[in-house]
Amino acid sequence: MSEHLPTMWEEIRARGYSRRDFLKFCAWTAAFLGLESSGIGQIVHAMETKTRLPVIWLHGQECTCCSESFIRTSHPIVGDIILDHISLDYTETLQAASGFQAEKCLHDTMTKYKGKYILCFEGSIPTGNDGVYCCIAGKTMESILEETAADAKAIIAWGNCATYGCIQAAKPNPTEAKPVQKLISGKPIINVPGCPPIAEVMAGTILYMLTFDRIPALDGQGRPKTFYSRRVHDTCYRRPNYDAGLFVETFDDENAKKGYCLYKVGCRGPVTYNSCAIMKWNNGVSYPIQSGHGCLGCSELNFWDNGPFYQHLASFPGFGIESTADDIGIAIGVATATGIAAHAVSTNIRKRKLVKKEVDVSRIKNIEKEGGNQDA
Amino acid sequence: MSTSISMRRVYVWQLPVRLYHWINALCILVLAATGYLIGNPFALQNSAEAYLGYWFGTVRFIHFAFAFLFFFNFVYRIYFGFVGNRFAKWGNFIPHKKEQFAEMLQVLKIDILQTAQAPLKAIGHNSLAGVTYFITFLIFLFQSITGFGMYAAMSNSWFPSLFAWIVPLMGGDAYVRVWHHLMMWFFIIFAMIHVYLVFYHDYVEGRGTISSMGGGWKFIEKERLEKDVTH
Ligand code: HEM
Ligand code: SF4
Repeated sequence: MSEHLPTMWEEIRARGYSRRDFLKFCAWTAAFLGLESSGIGQIVHAMETKTRLPVIWLHGQECTCCSESFIRTSHPIVGDIILDHISLDYTETLQAASGFQAEKCLHDTMTKYKGKYILCFEGSIPTGNDGVYCCIAGKTMESILEETAADAKAIIAWGNCATYGCIQAAKPNPTEAKPVQKLISGKPIINVPGCPPIAEVMAGTILYMLTFDRIPALDGQGRPKTFYSRRVHDTCYRRPNYDAGLFVETFDDENAKKGYCLYKVGCRGPVTYNSCAIMKWNNGVSYPIQSGHGCLGCSELNFWDNGPFYQHLASFPGFGIESTADDIGIAIGVATATGIAAHAVSTNIRKRKLVKKEVDVSRIKNIEKEGGNQDA
Repeated sequence: MSTSISMRRVYVWQLPVRLYHWINALCILVLAATGYLIGNPFALQNSAEAYLGYWFGTVRFIHFAFAFLFFFNFVYRIYFGFVGNRFAKWGNFIPHKKEQFAEMLQVLKIDILQTAQAPLKAIGHNSLAGVTYFITFLIFLFQSITGFGMYAAMSNSWFPSLFAWIVPLMGGDAYVRVWHHLMMWFFIIFAMIHVYLVFYHDYVEGRGTISSMGGGWKFIEKERLEKDVTH
């Protein structure tokens, strides 16, 4: 085709951004991606030479908090360039087109950029009752996902919904909601969990793919290593209080005012992999722990079912709502102690004769001379 | 049987087995105590600044230090199960002979039902105890894998990262933690029953079960040894 596709730099310039703004944006991106300073040059080069990859952004069963998070990235170029273009390709919540027109957009993008587009998927996919719980244009979400995934270059699963199923998949999961990785195989899937994911994490992931045209380094669970390799706990500013054993006991105590560690009121920071404590939210203003509430573990599998949120360990699966491992252990321990006591009593009744006989015998007769031993 | 009972002493537990046993006991004691504290730290209401203290960090450090000792002691015992004497061998832990199953039934009758029975043949572990210890070995392994799996996230060393696979397998750190915590109770309850039964057998059989883990010797009826030297 003779159509000239503008490079990303050309698009940015066309929007009225100066070269300086553009370079700042590249430095910002490199910083969030955790690249070394030579990475800035690579990003500049990539933006100047590459055309933007087409993106299809689908919404399954979700609350749109991922999109909401994304449009709040701290750099305007992300919104202006990436989002505007995404909306040109296809995304239900932001696009201008609707109805047949919208469907046409989707199919045009799919055929024109076959095997080249990135599929972003937000939300989970209901599979119960033939998927009736989420249909668009008469098609179930599952079939839409399968159709669009077939020719995608890679899939980004946004948020806990698309990665693990989130609240829709929480017990009892009435719609039998499933995440992308349970339904699609044979395509690279980048999981970006969180409820929602941090705006900069989303921007960083997609910008990496758009600029370098490759998939960022992923961990064993398909999450970009840059953002998900550390626990919130390892980078938390309240950590010195944890190490010193200074804990908030209740949310209204003196310790809470002093900003002690929230471990005992259920903070999930020690079991949650995310960048909240480093990047924070809303342009680096704060994050849950900083505002006095423990981490809920929103980027972890089944975090809704791992409650109660305000208790250190989750209640134990299969037992009462608030029964911890300790309650179960103590109950079994008491039962054991009772059993032992009963056994000791019954031993003295039932084995009494036997023991007595042996005691008597040993009194009368001395034990014979020692024999050698067998193994020494 | 009103005649004399003559006992012979038999060297049952070799030094490595005894050392293993007591190191293991110490480790479990320390790991359970520190582990419990990690899960349920004290409530301190004071106005200390964080930089003044490190007690919780120290508790965790002790947990991790003993975790390494526990693990390598365990590995050593696995090895010794191949090279030790016949009482230390793995065959005692994994029932594979008809007599072993028969003996398990017998032990249940003696220990739980407390019906009158011929005294136990076993000199080392009886078969039921053997299988129980085998189960505890599996729990040791589980506790080590989950422990080092969690530890991998806080360490740059290669060794804990060998266990990192357990975390995604169990569905994330939260699950690993709950199970690791629950298993602490297995150790506590096991220890209660174990110590009781040692006292019980010592009392009922008079073979010196308690002291055998100290000096290695047990006292076995002479006739028993003559009748059955192979067991
Ligand atoms: C007898 C064996 C052990 C017992 C009874 C035990 C018990 C416990 C308990 C109760 C906890 C607290 C869990 C919670 O509520 O958060 C814990 C934490 C932990 N244990 Fe163990 N444990 C044992 C062995 C090990 C081993 C072999 C390791 C290997 C490194 C290990 C590593 C850990 C780690 C990393 C934590 C989390 C500590 C933290 O996040 O600060 N444990 N253990
Ligand atoms: S507040 Fe939470 S994340 Fe921060 S140190 Fe305490 S337990 Fe860890």
